[in-house]
Amino acid sequence: MSLLSIRGIGKHFGGLQVLEDVNIEVPGGAIFALIGPNGAGKTTVFNLVTGLIKPSSGSIAFEGRDLAGVPPHQITRLGIARTFQNIRIFPDMTLLENVMVGRHHLLNYGGLALLFATPAFREAERRSRERALELLSWVKLDHKADATADNLSYGEQRKLEFARALATEPKLLLLDEPVAGMNPSEKAVLMEEIRNIRDRGYGVFLIEHDMRFVMNLCDRVAVLNFGRIIAEGPPDEIRTHPDVIEAYLGRGDEAEVS
Amino acid sequence: MAAFADFWATYSTLVYSVGIHALLALSLWLTLSCGLLSLANAAFMGIGAYTAALLTLNLHWPFPAALLGGAVAPAVVALIIGAPTLRLSGVYLAMATLAFGEVTRILILNLQITGGPEGLNGIPLLTTGWHIVVILAVAGYGLARIRRSRLGRAFEAIREDEVAARLMGINVESHKLAAFTLGAVLAGVAGALNAHFTFFISPREYGFENAVDILTMTILGGTTSLIGPVLGATILTLLPELMRFLHAYRLAVNGLILVVVVLFLPTGLWDARRFRQLLKNRRARKGGQP
Amino acid sequence: MLEQQLINALTLGSVYALFALGFTLVFGVLEVINLSHGAVFMVGAYAAITAVTRFHAPLGVAILAALVVSGLLGLTIDALILRRLRARKAPHLIPMIATLGVTTMVTSAAQGLFGVEVQRFPEAMLPTGEFVFGEVHLRTLELGIVAVAFLLMALLFGVMRYTRQGRALRAIAESPKAAALLGINVEGLFMLTSFTAAALGGVAGVLIGLNFNAVTPMMGAPILHKGIAVVILGGMGDIRGALFGGLFLGCAEVLSKAYLSSQMGDAVAFGLLFLILLVRPAGLFGRVLERKA
Ligand SMILES: Nc1ncnc2c1ncn2[C@@H]1O[C@H](COP(=O)(O)OP(=O)(O)O)[C@@H](O)[C@H]1O
Ligand SMILES: [Mg+2]
Repeated sequence: MSLLSIRGIGKHFGGLQVLEDVNIEVPGGAIFALIGPNGAGKTTVFNLVTGLIKPSSGSIAFEGRDLAGVPPHQITRLGIARTFQNIRIFPDMTLLENVMVGRHHLLNYGGLALLFATPAFREAERRSRERALELLSWVKLDHKADATADNLSYGEQRKLEFARALATEPKLLLLDEPVAGMNPSEKAVLMEEIRNIRDRGYGVFLIEHDMRFVMNLCDRVAVLNFGRIIAEGPPDEIRTHPDVIEAYLGRGDEAEVS
Repeated sequence: MAAFADFWATYSTLVYSVGIHALLALSLWLTLSCGLLSLANAAFMGIGAYTAALLTLNLHWPFPAALLGGAVAPAVVALIIGAPTLRLSGVYLAMATLAFGEVTRILILNLQITGGPEGLNGIPLLTTGWHIVVILAVAGYGLARIRRSRLGRAFEAIREDEVAARLMGINVESHKLAAFTLGAVLAGVAGALNAHFTFFISPREYGFENAVDILTMTILGGTTSLIGPVLGATILTLLPELMRFLHAYRLAVNGLILVVVVLFLPTGLWDARRFRQLLKNRRARKGGQP
Repeated sequence: MLEQQLINALTLGSVYALFALGFTLVFGVLEVINLSHGAVFMVGAYAAITAVTRFHAPLGVAILAALVVSGLLGLTIDALILRRLRARKAPHLIPMIATLGVTTMVTSAAQGLFGVEVQRFPEAMLPTGEFVFGEVHLRTLELGIVAVAFLLMALLFGVMRYTRQGRALRAIAESPKAAALLGINVEGLFMLTSFTAAALGGVAGVLIGLNFNAVTPMMGAPILHKGIAVVILGGMGDIRGALFGGLFLGCAEVLSKAYLSSQMGDAVAFGLLFLILLVRPAGLFGRVLERKA
């Protein structure tokens, strides 16, 4: 059974039809990519999965559970975490605090424990801080744990967002253009990191523009064009798929198919 | 000792006022810490003041019980109006809470039980300096604990980016309601304490101007730490006394200060981050010397 | 008597609309909740009364004086405060607080300069004519107030609709960034907006001062609250909405004062307001804004 099933999803904003009959099955323990030209509707798919917007038709299920009517914070607690195309970190908080926010629902001490700083409270906070530091060290930002996030470079902010998403202990990680704005060496490091995540049993569902990155990294690829899935399969198949070449080359704006 | 007694006789009211204003500024600090620009805290103060005063005047409740009443009544109101109101954001929320504040003031002005425009007279003088000190200390401690917990981090996350906070598993609606209601509790207690040391309360004290005063104190002091609101409350309470020689122009100084702070010290007088930065710079300079 | 009440409502409503128009214009174009608009209104009233009592100016000149003085005050506030905050991209709350500080300053200064007592226009200056239709008395004064208010509003609508500046202003209200890209002088139009809005507010001050023949330093506070109510009714930033909202609030206030208690009238108005905000934050007459995801 796949981890995430998107079945017959349609979405329109007013008169603008953005998605039409989209079907995607994202398996667990694998890296799945959604590619497509700008404005194809990729980010909209993520917004639908995380519950920020409601589909006009169709259904989404996670581990067999229908997500209709489940609010976004509950979806996160079920095990879906995401990063954003235009980074949304908490700029005035420190890196450590940013990541600890991700552990919000995993810290379940009550109000009294909080007020009296009981041993249980201290222990929970300590463990949470340790885990947050561990995640920061995965993305090599632990040396800046106490700096505020707005001091970070663009690439560092992306990595912080990645660590923060992992802090929610997801089963499925949604990454919206995770390497946009990174230099090649940073890209290589993050690619390695994403593989590690997969090897630890997480599912990864990512949106990316950089075709080389996608083809090297992913186990399966789906291609979205004008709100429709035009191809789906392993990278080798996609690379040579005539409709995909047409979609990319025909638009003239992303001739990145290698 | 005699000098102190003299000082206390003259200035005790002023010192009490500083404490109560500090409590009010902290109540708004809490609401703001969750990103909610609310102008309802003066109304919550009024609800707390009238509830507690009526409990001691008419039902002769003991003071602690009346204080509790002064905390619970605004909390209940906040819970009721909060659920629909807090869906609004930014200026719309400010306007809605302003409208709520006006409705509350006008109701107090027109109800029989609140004594209408004359207000309530002869409230027993039960508030002592110790009450104010203890309650302020407890409130400060509680808020400091909240700041260092998942609750405080969630408030700040919501303030900085609501969507991102939501996708970190935070139930944004319930946290906003919590911040709004806890703010109402603190404002209500401040009102209850105030009512029992001024002897007399009237609807005039809980209107738009008062909401704005509370906001001014908090912003002037700065919202990056708990010290800011307390400092702001202290300054704005003492300032009019120090400026007595300016007579009618006294309030103009308040306005000027507000404008100057907003223009030149956007994070308020007390900004922990700025201080840390200054300290770091100085250390760096010292370290650089042979 | 209903007809008489409706005349009062129209008079009051037209001034509310004039006041709210400036308030909403600033919100629509500058995205600032300008809490100094009430103080500017009061300054307008004092400018007129000073022109009349000190310089023996005729009423028309006094109104013009109010327009210029309050307009310049608006311009000063923009140049000294709002412009800096714009440059810094300060969040909404900040200009609101700054203009609040201005209100305190200006009100306190007026108290120092003019005292707290009520000042009145000399009775001899006020038009005393009256038209009588059956039992309804229509005073020339009221007629004049409504005429001036509607004239200025019509002027503003005309400017917004038919001039280049007006179209540019509407473009800015839609999107300042796009407007700047189109080569529109955004800063200049911001200042023009601040001047115009304050000038309208100042004239509203004179008109209210004439209507009740009373001018005090504190007269800005209640009108500010009403202006906010009108703008919420009409939709924030919507100038047509401000007109309807103003007339509506004028009616609601006059009628509820006549037929309910005088204080409960305000409670009804603000209660209504509160409800409207919850149900239709974009206002009764405004378009419903789509929430951004
Ligand atoms: N909240 C929204 N309201 C209206 N239109 C939207 C909204 N979100 C996305 N769109 C539109 O949907 C289309 C697809 O957008 P998006 O999913 O962001 O594309 P992609 O991520 O593939 O570049 C675009 O034309 C965009 O303008
Ligand atoms: Mg996208």
